[in-house]
Amino acid sequence: MKILTEHIDVQGIETIDVFRKQGGYAAVEKALKKMTPDEVTEEVKKSGLRGRGGAGFPMGMKWSFLAKPEGVPRYLVCNADESEPGTFKDHYLMMKSPHTLIEGMIVSSYALGANTSYIYIRGELMYVATILEKAIQEAKDKGLLGKNILGSGYDLELHVQLGGGAYICGEETALLESLEGNRGNPRNKPPFPAVKGLWQCPTVVNNVESIASTAWIINNGGDEYAKIGIGRSTGTKLISVSGHVRKPGVYELPLGLSVEDFIYADEWCGGIRDGHKLKAVVAGGSSVPILPAELILKTTNGENRLMTYESLSDGGFATGTMLGSGGFVVMDETTCIVHNTLTFGRFYHHESCGQCSPCREGTGWMDKVLYRIEHGKGRQEDIDLLVDVAKKIEGNTICPLGDAAAWPVAAAIRHFRDEFEWHINHPEKATQKGAVFMREGASWNL
Amino acid sequence: MTNTQTIQFPASTLDKVHEIINRYPEGKQKSALLPILHLAQAEWKWCSPEVMDYVAGLLKITPIEVYEVTSFYTMFHLEPVGDHVIEYCRTGPCCLMGGVEVYDHLKAKLGIETGGTTIDGKFTIKEVECLAACGWGPVFQIREQFYMNLTTQKVDEIIEELSK
Repeated sequence: MKILTEHIDVQGIETIDVFRKQGGYAAVEKALKKMTPDEVTEEVKKSGLRGRGGAGFPMGMKWSFLAKPEGVPRYLVCNADESEPGTFKDHYLMMKSPHTLIEGMIVSSYALGANTSYIYIRGELMYVATILEKAIQEAKDKGLLGKNILGSGYDLELHVQLGGGAYICGEETALLESLEGNRGNPRNKPPFPAVKGLWQCPTVVNNVESIASTAWIINNGGDEYAKIGIGRSTGTKLISVSGHVRKPGVYELPLGLSVEDFIYADEWCGGIRDGHKLKAVVAGGSSVPILPAELILKTTNGENRLMTYESLSDGGFATGTMLGSGGFVVMDETTCIVHNTLTFGRFYHHESCGQCSPCREGTGWMDKVLYRIEHGKGRQEDIDLLVDVAKKIEGNTICPLGDAAAWPVAAAIRHFRDEFEWHINHPEKATQKGAVFMREGASWNL
Repeated sequence: MTNTQTIQFPASTLDKVHEIINRYPEGKQKSALLPILHLAQAEWKWCSPEVMDYVAGLLKITPIEVYEVTSFYTMFHLEPVGDHVIEYCRTGPCCLMGGVEVYDHLKAKLGIETGGTTIDGKFTIKEVECLAACGWGPVFQIREQFYMNLTTQKVDEIIEELSK
């Protein structure tokens, strides 16, 4: 079942004519001509669609929080600042099929009563911004954007805004600051963007994949969407796969597929690269807890782990993880967990905006301590020090970057403590090129 | 290297600047800052104090408002750079695919470290964080262009091509 990528490999799908031949923009016709904005919102609520950027918050509910004071403009801002390590699904979708996002932007903007909307895209994806701008111009030329769209009386201007290189701008209030031409420092909440967002006006910020999904929901109905998936994990999800599988790339899967099938079936990732074994997976982008092979495939109750919000988080952080953004990083037995954790720790240190001291100082500490462990200068007390620093960051910052920095370090130690100890106890061995700790009896070292 | 007299966008870019400012409500022209800094960097390669002051003037904001933004976002170069700025991704997934070896090769080939520029002024190397291309790693970027699934051999070919 594919709803976002069904036609993604059709030759010329980036052009409006080919896109329309495949049924594109039918949702705009339907929504603007036959539905009220509230009816559109109602379908999105019924669909159960949860925010695809990582938080998983129900999208229809988020829309329903939007304040609608008389005479004040409202805005929809698409979060295309995809920067979570392991995540490249929005990049793929926008680059291949820009109209899929634009169609969703029109439908969603109509539902929210926004007459100007922005797609905030990370600056590094400049070439994708050019693709989107070309597609927007095509849509304008066909009367799908601009004044009185398709004679419905609804007006919408859509603009692409380039970021400047800052992970933090994926946090919605930092994104709004950036869109206002400022440093990307997250705002204190409340007030939430739904009440005071862009230029202090009511604003909804949604992820690319979430917005793109609304077109299918309008065409087929929220109830149909909710039939895909399991329980509160409805619909399909784009999963971007990197690391040691035979076929890395972006896959659209119905939520509920088993992790084992996803990794090993030829239809999906095709298994671990030749001659190697699965060691660990980061299932939802760098900030979610890493899990060793046995825990990513099965829960501690022995149930198959599924690609759903609920199943991946089964067991809490002790033995579970999160679906997050769908950045699925697969590691085989050649992977040094300490090195990988260092690259993540360094990432969050680099990307902390510096506003909150627990995050600014804590990410720096973790980066430094991880660096010395990796480089053979670790001390016995360093592992507990890392755990302690992670605990002191978690929950003590304005935005979730602090948590995102703390979780991967804490989880790596939780599940691979022996690997950290080996680095500290055997620095000569551990610092040799390509050296990786062998855990006796581990499934990946057999 | 640059002086105030020469800092002026060509007419076609100035049209673009005005088009960008019109994307925002009246009085919210500061929102155009990041997009215009990208145009400025395309024009002058880096954001010198003179360039930043010029951009501040265009947007009727104070120079400090530009400095604080350029120093926050990693894409803006605050020092002179070479003709080709190679920005390689050092984050986990690219490293899993052999990134460290490929980047070491790149540095050795150009004879510079991260942050450095070759003597002929052709290449600058910068280390950046995740470029959202993890499944196609290792990856580097030169302006808008992505170079993916890099190997040491591919790096040689790219450098040779760009050295011509």
